[in-house]
Amino acid sequence: MNGILVILVLLALGYAFGSGAERRHYKSILEREEALRRVMVFSARVPPDLHRWRESRLVSGSVCVSADYFKAFVAGLRGLVGGRVTSYEGLLDRARREAVLRMKEEAQRLGPCKIFNVKIETASISKGGENALGTVEVLAYGTAVAD
Amino acid sequence: MLLTNLEVVPGRRVVEHLGLVQGSTVRAKHAGKDILAGIKNVFGGELRAYTDLLQESREEAIERMVAQAQALNANAVLNVRFSTSSVAQGAAELFAYGTAVRLEDAP
Repeated sequence: MNGILVILVLLALGYAFGSGAERRHYKSILEREEALRRVMVFSARVPPDLHRWRESRLVSGSVCVSADYFKAFVAGLRGLVGGRVTSYEGLLDRARREAVLRMKEEAQRLGPCKIFNVKIETASISKGGENALGTVEVLAYGTAVAD
Repeated sequence: MLLTNLEVVPGRRVVEHLGLVQGSTVRAKHAGKDILAGIKNVFGGELRAYTDLLQESREEAIERMVAQAQALNANAVLNVRFSTSSVAQGAAELFAYGTAVRLEDAP
């Protein structure tokens, strides 16, 4: 009985804090994406008009996020029936966009620039733990080129 | 030392390829921080302690890669890649590799 109560409390806490945090995070992501719109990001391996650029530098951004208890629980249920795990889709989407934003913020300090050959890498860093998909790290990196 | 993940460098040309250089580091999480992260797993959100830890470790991996490149008399590392793998519970390996080259200003 106590066990069920604890789980219910954790679920409620996870839901309350997790969904609030997700909303706030999306709001901040949208604001910063708007502000950093001028830093353009490309996955092209080689910048066109290569010899126009004088400066180049590796830039990166990373973020480590964890699912809340509610999300992990919903994903666990979803694991029984299969299908889209929307609770984790949002988590990974936020993590990737955050990593790209941090990379852009680093690049912006160099002045006006464009970022080429962007790679995004996702690693689960709680492998072997009880909730295997609990914590993920996303790293975005690329080369910023400037005049 | 110029680091880039492009295969060419604007305004410069490669005069010598010196081969693959790499750097890696394996880091374990601090037990106290791990407990805090466990609490964070209930509420969700960013684990800033982990973000910083992994960033620091990645910088160390880059430093080791750069040291190898310097030993080869390189002045740039091209096509840098990163990879992260969790080797055991609570420990992660951060790995950086690239091609060491010597660059000269293009005429």
